[in-house]
Formats: sequence, structure tokens, C-alpha cells
Amino acid sequence: MDLLLDAVVIGVLLGCFYGAVSIGLSVSFGLLDVPHVAHPAFLVLASYGVYIINEHYGIDPLVAGLLITPLFFVLGLVAYRLYYETFEKRGTDAGVRGIAFFFGVAFIIEVLIIMQFGVDQRSVTATYIGKSWRIADMRIPYRMLVAFAVAAALTIVLTLYLSRTFMGRAIRAVAQDQEALRLMGVNPIKVKQWAFGIATAVLGIAGALLIIVAPVEPTLDRAYIGRTFCVVVMAGLGSMSGTIVAAIILGVAESIVLTSFGASWAPAISFAMLLGVLAVRPQGLFGRRS
Amino acid sequence: MSKRDSKSGSISRRRLLATASAGAALAASPLGINLLHAQQPPIRIGMSMPQTGGLAGGGKPSLLGIEIWRDDVNAKGGLLGGRKIELVVYDDKSSASETPAIYSKLIDVDKVDLLFAPYATVPTAPIMPLVKQRGLLLIGNFSFQVNSKVGHDMWFNNAPWGPPDSWASSFLDIGQKAGGKSMALLAADQEFAQNLAKTAREVAAKRNLPVVFDQAYPPNTVEFSSIIRALKAAKPDIVYVASYPPDSAGILRAVNEIGVGDNVKLFGGGMVGLQFGTVMENLGSLLNGVVNYNSWLPEKSMYFDGTKDFFEKYTKRAIEAKVDPLGYYLAPFGYASGQLVEQAINATKSLDQKGLAKYLRENTHKTIVGPIAFSADGERKETAVLQAQFRGVVDKNIEQFRSSGKQVILFPENLKSGELVAPFEAARK
Repeated sequence: MDLLLDAVVIGVLLGCFYGAVSIGLSVSFGLLDVPHVAHPAFLVLASYGVYIINEHYGIDPLVAGLLITPLFFVLGLVAYRLYYETFEKRGTDAGVRGIAFFFGVAFIIEVLIIMQFGVDQRSVTATYIGKSWRIADMRIPYRMLVAFAVAAALTIVLTLYLSRTFMGRAIRAVAQDQEALRLMGVNPIKVKQWAFGIATAVLGIAGALLIIVAPVEPTLDRAYIGRTFCVVVMAGLGSMSGTIVAAIILGVAESIVLTSFGASWAPAISFAMLLGVLAVRPQGLFGRRS
Repeated sequence: MSKRDSKSGSISRRRLLATASAGAALAASPLGINLLHAQQPPIRIGMSMPQTGGLAGGGKPSLLGIEIWRDDVNAKGGLLGGRKIELVVYDDKSSASETPAIYSKLIDVDKVDLLFAPYATVPTAPIMPLVKQRGLLLIGNFSFQVNSKVGHDMWFNNAPWGPPDSWASSFLDIGQKAGGKSMALLAADQEFAQNLAKTAREVAAKRNLPVVFDQAYPPNTVEFSSIIRALKAAKPDIVYVASYPPDSAGILRAVNEIGVGDNVKLFGGGMVGLQFGTVMENLGSLLNGVVNYNSWLPEKSMYFDGTKDFFEKYTKRAIEAKVDPLGYYLAPFGYASGQLVEQAINATKSLDQKGLAKYLRENTHKTIVGPIAFSADGERKETAVLQAQFRGVVDKNIEQFRSSGKQVILFPENLKSGELVAPFEAARK
């Protein structure tokens, strides 16, 4: 029983971490319908940015993540403009060709990281890494508590931004009906570009979490493509709070399976849950009906 | 026209004499030897090597070791009377699905003279049937038990593993001597780790050592807290871990945060990654207490002819190549792979694959990692795998690992440099 309780607690924290690294994709893929398979590659790139700042200036990884956020916002603006001009603008099969574009971007990022840093693992130092909080017999790693707090903060900020600000509402509008927005005199492409910038900026913080939770290496993005898309699709495209809830469900399921049934089953159980949810609710747990 | 021809004919005879004299003089001089030898085709050695992906941290230093051997041999004038060594290398991206096509290309398109295997078990296993079918010599590179079922008689592994059960036996010997009466087994769900786990189970069964926890985890597992918690609940005395580099760091972090319990006398065994400089630097004090396998460590007893010279060259070149700054684990064995074929070619004076294999099988070979002799299955006759305990390691200091005492050798007996500190939690302090 203690083990089960442990598994649930760790699962919630793990789920929050999955949610934090997926929430940017929930904007770019969930709201904008951009097949952003390079999302995890940007995430790993952000981790290396955090690593440089932490290694050379001794700045806390979370602060370092905040510092690189503006850079990643600009990177997002440029990446979307490039994608729009070369792919999206040109045809109806932009989705399929867009996947090829973003796969290419992901490989370029991977190779650039290898050329600059080599292939070895990199990690950061912070007072909360490697220590745990003891409650009775339970020990909770501080780094996972940090992931929990950051995921909660990101969800609240993004939800408020999308629902309370003019630009946020415009982003939601462009997701629902691009043509209607155009008829109202708003350039939907500029709104989408801004939204893609926000989605990429969020990765600055998420990248910091990635390297806080575990060491990173240049090809780590491949491990996260399945997980992040699984979370976003299961949540229902475009739902921020849904992304966190879906991520927690996956995290808890994975943790319980790891503890009780054997680690080999964990990935299968996660994706079986995704298939089950899609069979019952094709729009995802919290998604809008098309 | 005819006059000129005649004249030129006369000059030609003189020139012929002069050229012949100059040629003889050149051939007798070192410069002449180089010029004549430069015309001979190189000896081409083909291989794939993980230069990207999860195994690249090992593949790159291994390749650098082979390149240093190539440069040393070429600087001495090459082999077989002046044939230079040329390496034909492809990146297999650490993927088992890439290597069969790469080795088919090396054999049929590049038509290389000799084959070296890629680093590690996973990329090597799929090429074994191919090289056996073609009857080709293959120098293995730190793969584990890939030839046990294939039975290729021209396979020679450069790794120090020895008999299949020796790895687990040496680790469990240390654990049982420390009072261990039960074992937990945690292994990655892939070829190398599962092979290790299998032999550990067999050795434990022979010794009536109960296995109280036995779990495989999938590659790309992010968080090990849940697994370590379940392992701790089983209260084992000995924890045998067979993991790959990305997981080894995650497991040790979780162990540090969750703990494995006071029962544990011995922890480690088969954790890949804890031999690589940057991983050791990153993990720092988390390594303390772990007893893990290794292949080479900077202890007095481990220096042979050329070892010191090799590491001086490696240390310089590792910086510009951006590879493991220490390079203890794989690089000297890459160099030794070259020494094996060098000695076989010099002795047989040919590139005949069967002749080379016969020589390698029947002789003991001097290398920078010590003498190497092979048993019938192409593995070492005697194990030379070290089991060493991390002691007094501090955070963020890679230079500390260049001195002796940071990894105390517990096995084998002839290389032993200290005694086990147990239990595990005490050794971590």
C-alpha cells in the first residue's frame, strides 16, 4: 500500500514534468495545427542553453531558463515565418510537407549540438538536485517538486494569457476560424507567428526542467517525440489545463506500472491508454468538438 | 627529325643510366623507401562506429584509439613492406538497423581488406550472420556474447570479458564475501544488459542465491524513483545493475534521493557510462560506494609497453576531437585491436583472412592493455574485467580520476589495490 501511494505521488510529479515539456506543443500543434515534430529538439536546445549559463556563470538553471526565454521567442518567430513562407503558404498538403520541414529542423539542431558540445551527457548543478524531501518513509526528490511547481505556474500563466488578453483571445480565434479573423481585419499569420513564438519561448523554461530532472544528450529529443504528442493528443488539441491533466494521468499510470507490474510494460500501457481515450472521445479528454 | 631522334636517343641512354642510378640511390635512402612505398595500395580497414546516438560517447574515443594506432603504423612506414593503413568508417547512429547495410557496403562496394566491428553489442549483433556467411575475420569491439549462438570461428573480441559467467561471478564473489545472501537484478531491456542479466541469474542459481527482485526497464525511461523504491522494498543484499549510459546517471540520482536500504552490501556491477570521463565528472560524489566493472584504470599494474605513450597522444587529441578526456574504457582497446591485426599481418606476411584468424587464435599477443590470448569462441581465455569501487570522489572535477585511488580495484586478485568498503550506504559517506 505504501508502494502504491509512493507510485501515485511520484506519478503526479512525473506527469507534471511531462505536462511542462508538452505545453508548448499544445499551443503550436494543438491550437495552430502546425506539425511541430521539432518541438523536442527545441526543448533539448534550450537545455543546452541553460547548461552553458549554469556552467559558465553558476546561475540557477530555472533563472537561466527564464533568461533564454526571449531568445527562444525570437527563434519561434523566425522558425514559423520560415515554415509559413516555404511550406504553409504553398498548398493544401502543408501538413505532410510541414512534418518533413520540422524533421529537417530537428536533425539540424541535433547535428549542431553534437558539433558544438560533442556527444557526451551534460548536466547542471543546483541545490535542489540530488536531494529529497522526507515525509515519514516517503522520500520525494526536490527536482520533481520543482517540475511540479513550474508546470503549475506555466499552465496558469498560459491559461490566463489565452483567456484574458487580446492577443490570447486572437490566438484562440485563429485556432477556431482563421477566415473569420481575416474578415475582421486581423492578419491571422501574424497571430500564428506570435503564438508560435510563445510556444517556443515556453521551451526555455521547459528545457531548464529537462536538464534539472535528468542529464541531457544531443539525441534525447527522440525519446520525447512520442511522449509529448501522446500527452497533447490525449488532452484534446489546444487545452492547456487538459494537457497537464492528461500528462498526470500518463505519469501516474507509468509510475504504477513501473512499481507494480514491471517497467517493460510502462510505454505500452501509456499508449494503450491514449488509444482507449481516442476510441471513446476522439476529440481527446478536454478537446473541442470539430 | 631523325637527327633529333638520334640525339635524343643518345641522351635517353645516358638518362636511363642516370635514372637507374638515382632510383637505386633513392630506394636505398629513407626518402626513397617512402616514395616507392607510396605507390602501393593501402590496407583498407572498414567499420561502422556509433558517432551519434546513445553509444556515441563510447564510439568516438574507441575510433580515436584506432586512429592513433593507424597514425603510429603509418609513421613507421606501414605494413607488408610499406602499405599504409586506411580506415573506412561510417556512422551507424548507435542503431542495430543500420549496421547490416553498412557492412554489406564495406564488403561489396568499398571492398575493404579487413573488418573491425562497431563499438558495443547492439550494433554488432546483426552483422554476425553476415560475416560468418562470407567467412570473414572480424575484430570485435566491446560487445558481449554476440558470438555465443553464431559460433563464428574468425571472431576475436578486443574486450577483456573472458568466459561469459566471469563478469557476474566476480561481482557476486565480492558481494557474498561481504555477507550478501540475496540479490536484486535491474537491467535495461536490450541485448547487452539482458545478456548480463541472464548470466547473473545463472550464476545466482548455481550458488542458491535467491533473486528477490528482477526487473527490466525499457530504454528512454525518464524517472527511476519508482523502480528504486520497489527495489528497496525487496530488501536485497546485493544489487546487480546492467544499464546503458543515459540510464546509469538516472539510476544513481534516484538511489541518492530515495536510498536503497541499509541491507545493501554491494551495488553496481554492469553499469555502462560510469567509465566515461564526462559522466563521471557530472555524477561526482554520487558515484561513491558503487562497485562497477571497468577495463583499464590508472594503477601501476596496468601499464604495459606503449600504454603511457598512447595516453599522452590520446590526451592531446581528445581535446580537439571533443571526446572523452580520460578515454580509459575504450580507446586503448581500440589501439589494441589494431595491434592484434598488425602482429597477425607481420607474422603471416599476408592479408589472407583464414591465415590471420589462425595466427590470432594460436598465439598470445602483446598489446598496450596487456597480453591477449583467445579461446575457441573468440573471447579472452581469462577474464581481465576489473571490478572497482569509487571512493572519495568529489563533484565537478575530472582531473581527480587521473590519479590512482579514486577507483579501488577489488578484482582480479593480481591487480587488486584495496578492500571493499561495505555496506553500500556507509561507503557513500
